[in-house]
Amino acid sequence: MEILILAGGLSHERDVSVRSGRRVQEALRDGGHDVVVRDVDTELIPTLQEHPGRVVWPLLHGSSGEDGSIQGLLELLGVPYVGTAAKAARAAWVKPIAKSIYSRSGIATPDYVTLPQSLFREVGAEKVLDAVVERFGLPLVVKPARGGSALGVSIVTERAELPRAMVHCFAYGDTALIERAIEGTEVAVSVVGSGDDARALIPVEISCEGAYDYDARYNPGRVEYFAPARLAPEKLSAVADAAVAVHRVLGLKDLSRIDTIVDADGTPYVLDVNVAPGMTETSLFPQAAEAAGFSLSALYGEIAAGAATSA
Amino acid sequence: MSDDPQGTRLDRWYSRYASRAHAMRASEIRALFSVANRPEVVSLAGGMPNISGLPLAQLADTSARLVRDFGEVALQYGSGQGDETLREQITEVMALEGISAHPDDIVVTTGSQQALDLVTRIFIDPGDVVVAEAPSYVGALGVFRAHEADVVHVSMDADGLIPDELDATLTRLAAEGRTVKFLYTVPNFHNPAGVTLSLERRRKVVEICDRHDVLILEDNPYGLLGFDSEPLPAMRSMSEDGVIYLGSFSKTFAPGYRVGWAVAPHAVREKLVLASESAILCPSNASQMSISHYLEHYDWVGQIKNYREQYRERRDAMVGALEEYIPDATWNTPQGGFYVWVKLPYGLDAREMLPRAVTARVAYVAGTAFFFGDEGHDHMRLSFCYPSPERIEEGVRRLAGVVNAELETVSIFGTAGETRQRLVDFPSPDVS
Repeated sequence: MEILILAGGLSHERDVSVRSGRRVQEALRDGGHDVVVRDVDTELIPTLQEHPGRVVWPLLHGSSGEDGSIQGLLELLGVPYVGTAAKAARAAWVKPIAKSIYSRSGIATPDYVTLPQSLFREVGAEKVLDAVVERFGLPLVVKPARGGSALGVSIVTERAELPRAMVHCFAYGDTALIERAIEGTEVAVSVVGSGDDARALIPVEISCEGAYDYDARYNPGRVEYFAPARLAPEKLSAVADAAVAVHRVLGLKDLSRIDTIVDADGTPYVLDVNVAPGMTETSLFPQAAEAAGFSLSALYGEIAAGAATSA
Repeated sequence: MSDDPQGTRLDRWYSRYASRAHAMRASEIRALFSVANRPEVVSLAGGMPNISGLPLAQLADTSARLVRDFGEVALQYGSGQGDETLREQITEVMALEGISAHPDDIVVTTGSQQALDLVTRIFIDPGDVVVAEAPSYVGALGVFRAHEADVVHVSMDADGLIPDELDATLTRLAAEGRTVKFLYTVPNFHNPAGVTLSLERRRKVVEICDRHDVLILEDNPYGLLGFDSEPLPAMRSMSEDGVIYLGSFSKTFAPGYRVGWAVAPHAVREKLVLASESAILCPSNASQMSISHYLEHYDWVGQIKNYREQYRERRDAMVGALEEYIPDATWNTPQGGFYVWVKLPYGLDAREMLPRAVTARVAYVAGTAFFFGDEGHDHMRLSFCYPSPERIEEGVRRLAGVVNAELETVSIFGTAGETRQRLVDFPSPDVS
């Protein structure tokens, strides 16, 4: 099969995307596929038109890759592609929109509030932050409403740290999501398939020395991963079920990664949804797949083949 | 729950690393720089010389002839100290800055960065002190960290390192019983500060270091790239036994050859050769012969003149754009080299602002990269060496929008002048 991987782009996560692209290319080539990796630029459309039968695998992390833009373009051009369709990707990309959709289905997510920078200007930052702390208490997690790889994220344990955390967050985007920090076991669940056929791979526990920040994610060592997560069987099932439910209710397709925290009672709180999960050497999706006994080349080949036939 | 859960750190050798390796963190800042290489981004970050004006076709012919006619030498191992012909030619290059050296005094290295590493390797034990300007070259700080040195900074002003502060610092460190192994200094068109150590101060610095029995490591990649004046005499020309001098062809010719050199007192030179042989056996013969041929057959002095004219035009574009678009910032106007060192207004934090800049398609190096400790937040280094004058103006225009947006945010939250603790910025070729 001929496959074109799109990697790179102009988002803050370009570096991760490039690495993901290389790893998926290697695995697919091992499976005997004809795979090319390219960036997104002004030659993209002519390239796509020259190879009409080729399946595209968008591995662009961050904006344009996960916000439905590139998917919308591929739909416009009638090009078969791997992953979630443009409309669903758009909803999943904006964290508060995704949260509002899956929480309506009874899936737990930490209490949160979404606040644009302009509101702080209009109402007064200190008053807003006081209200947030009064409502949610501390610690809090401040993150951009759009984005991944922990960029712009702060864990705030003292009220005095909040203003700087907000400035850090707004350097990455104009809307912040502030949520109550949940104590528990951090678990990532990768999901493959679509609709009723969606299934969870083995949940992976992230045990991190310090914050699970950019360094922890991409520089091996500080994080110890456990696959399966060190949870009782019923808790393990609950977190896997929650991830599959999120995948289905958001209409995600082919693959996703759902990030959660399982609290002491065993309730899985969904934190984040990734329609183009990282595929680097340290990423959670390939770890989960290998823990489940899949060969990456076979699994990725199956995903690409599914995209080709469903187009 | 599993009886015997097995985790993985995805690194079988994690427990075997030296303790200093655990301090090496993957900074999100480095990740942001991967976007800076895209053509949509105006990168004012990298210190890359603008080599587009080199006679590339002729250099290609030279390379082909070199392999065809002298391949058995060019592609073979060579002398650990470096090619003798090239060392003779290097003495002629250094004569332009008043240095009288014998070819035997020279050790050719893989860029002057390797010379920096060798000097640090033979002088520094963990905890030893290196005194350096504030700010200092990010690539040097990386080497000093790798060898577990402690760096003590000394301030600069428009005339470079301040001699009285140097004297006071060396006196204080001696009183504290701390061993200062050398003063690291970039006297000409400093990276990142852009300033040049005046002639009078050069003499004072040499005298002060001699009095305190402190060696000087004079790093001089930019000395021949002054815009309007002849090069000042190198400190090496004032003290042969008190100064190790580092030179490079990376800025005056091309960095791709990776050829630099060190000139050192005899006994030091012997140890540098031994250290270099243990590190790399020998510098590349092919690169050395290419440079030697270039020096012999091309108008290399004319090429440097071309570079100077190009860089002056670019410097003017950058300073003009700063005056037009970011008048509230302050900066030096460098008389040579590659860099303008900008102080942001209102205590803005250049490192915190960088994601916003990348979104706006402009890149720079935050000032924190140029300090050993947690300083420099309100500064940024802008490079004018590589982009065209038009791109420089566009980059500064974009930067102005970024500064205004960041100012809006910090004014809302009242955080001006506050800084977040940073990870260490390890150098990469993009920012060196």
